[in-house]
Amino acid sequence: MSRTATVSRLSKRERNVREPLRSFFTAAWLGWQIESNWTDPFLFAVYSIIKPIAGAAILVVMYGIITRGAFESPLFVYIYLGNAFYIYVGSVMNGVSWAVIDDREHYKTLKYIYIAPIHAPFYLVGRGVARFLTATISVLVTITAGMLFLNLQLDLGTVNWPMFLAALALGVILLANMGLMLAGVTLMIAHHVWFIGDAVAGALYLFSGAIFPLEVLPNWLRPVGFAMPLTYWLELLRRALVGQVAESFPTLSHVSNGQLFGILLGLTAIFGIMGIIMFRWCEHQARERGLIDRVTNY
Amino acid sequence: MERSTSFAKPYSTRLFVQTVIARAYPRVIGAQREKSWMFFDIFLPLLAVSAYVFVYRAIGAPETYVGFVIMGGAMTAFWMNVLWGMSSQLYWEKEQGNLALYIIAPNSLMAILLGMALGGMLSTTLRAFVIVLVGSLLFEVQFTVASFSALFGTFILTMVALYGMGMMFSSLFLLLNREAWHLANLAQEPIYLLSGFYFPLKSLGFWIAAGASVIPLALGMDAMRQLVFPSGPSLGFLSVPIELGILAILSAGFLVGARYLLAYMERLAIREGRLTDSRR
Repeated sequence: MSRTATVSRLSKRERNVREPLRSFFTAAWLGWQIESNWTDPFLFAVYSIIKPIAGAAILVVMYGIITRGAFESPLFVYIYLGNAFYIYVGSVMNGVSWAVIDDREHYKTLKYIYIAPIHAPFYLVGRGVARFLTATISVLVTITAGMLFLNLQLDLGTVNWPMFLAALALGVILLANMGLMLAGVTLMIAHHVWFIGDAVAGALYLFSGAIFPLEVLPNWLRPVGFAMPLTYWLELLRRALVGQVAESFPTLSHVSNGQLFGILLGLTAIFGIMGIIMFRWCEHQARERGLIDRVTNY
Repeated sequence: MERSTSFAKPYSTRLFVQTVIARAYPRVIGAQREKSWMFFDIFLPLLAVSAYVFVYRAIGAPETYVGFVIMGGAMTAFWMNVLWGMSSQLYWEKEQGNLALYIIAPNSLMAILLGMALGGMLSTTLRAFVIVLVGSLLFEVQFTVASFSALFGTFILTMVALYGMGMMFSSLFLLLNREAWHLANLAQEPIYLLSGFYFPLKSLGFWIAAGASVIPLALGMDAMRQLVFPSGPSLGFLSVPIELGILAILSAGFLVGARYLLAYMERLAIREGRLTDSRR
């Protein structure tokens, strides 16, 4: 009897670990297939290059016509790198939240996912992995183009790689949690608000200091920027990649790297807890209202 | 026999109008049922546009450029409506099984596309209006409109050319499957760049700007900026009359092209059995 109970407890413990991981990896593979196999590899590569380059080029033209091509300025490096890494924000958040619409209204499989032994939050985060991978290609292409054609002041030999990788990993976890919140909201809204991830990312563009230092914002808006974890994430990435450039802007110059990591870690934990609570609440509401299998494409 | 005579004749004006209204109706009703779009489709894009304003402030640009960003940000709403509300919508209609019904019914596909566009016009116009109004108030943009009739005429001509182009490219979506979504997604940032949504079109250089002029929003926005900003003419690509002339030619060309291509692609899609296949 006690052996059975032990086995039962072990099985339960194993289930608690294995099921979420299985859901995550299966969803990641499924997401990659959906994202990449719609065309041949060449067209997929072109698609992955044009979009980020065009996004960066808008800012480059804006900057170039006003400063008459002063691309060696620290402000340009600040803007260019912030914009490049911001690609992750829209991609990961949209990847996680879009999976709800895709599965509910396109493939009409969300109801089957809910009756299968699948861990829904891990499944949705897994679906966002494919967008993380394509975003990584976009970020690399954007930075490479900046170094090759715009004389972007980035010396790969002086990059603090451990700091960079740690900040990047922490940021991606943060973005996945934010995406989970949006996925919860998406469960409750109609298809015509499918762009929620891009819309929220676009709005946070204003407050995160991605493309201009927070000092440019009016005084009454700056606290919003300081409450955003993305502000600290982008600052850490800049410090890891171009430490001297990052230090030339006063926004967070009084905060050490360790303190920045501490703040980012704390905010990531808070957003993680909020993400789970919010997703579960929205999910419960969606089940109560019969929204899991609705089709709302007008 | 008497009953059948009450139906509108195929391709009659009455049927065209009925089709437009019928397709616009569910969109208008859908927007009323789910009002969260007002937050996500109006308020959040306003914040995104503001980010570009602060970039110009950060690099010390003249205030005219702030006005350019506000106008460009407002016009993105119309491009999004063409792209997601009209062109790629045909792909979703195929996935839902509606596309085959549209083809079976004795109506014009152009009327259906126009209905989609008009149905989404409520949110589109509201988004553009709020961005112009709130953006102008927040950032103290100074407009100096010399002629409201010229401005209105330019806007209408731009819209005719833009939606004509949207209809023409919609025909491609009759053939596409999953790649439709990705191609529509791809037509955002590159179009924002080439059309000069956030900077004067002529900053791209003559030949690139000339090539980009095939996109109606490029010339339309350039003309409107010349008409509403005091320093607009000095930053304009071509003179307003020339731009209006090109827009008129584009409007006619895109509308005729849309009619021809939609009919051709419909026949091709039927022949290749593409109207009902999905999820490839």
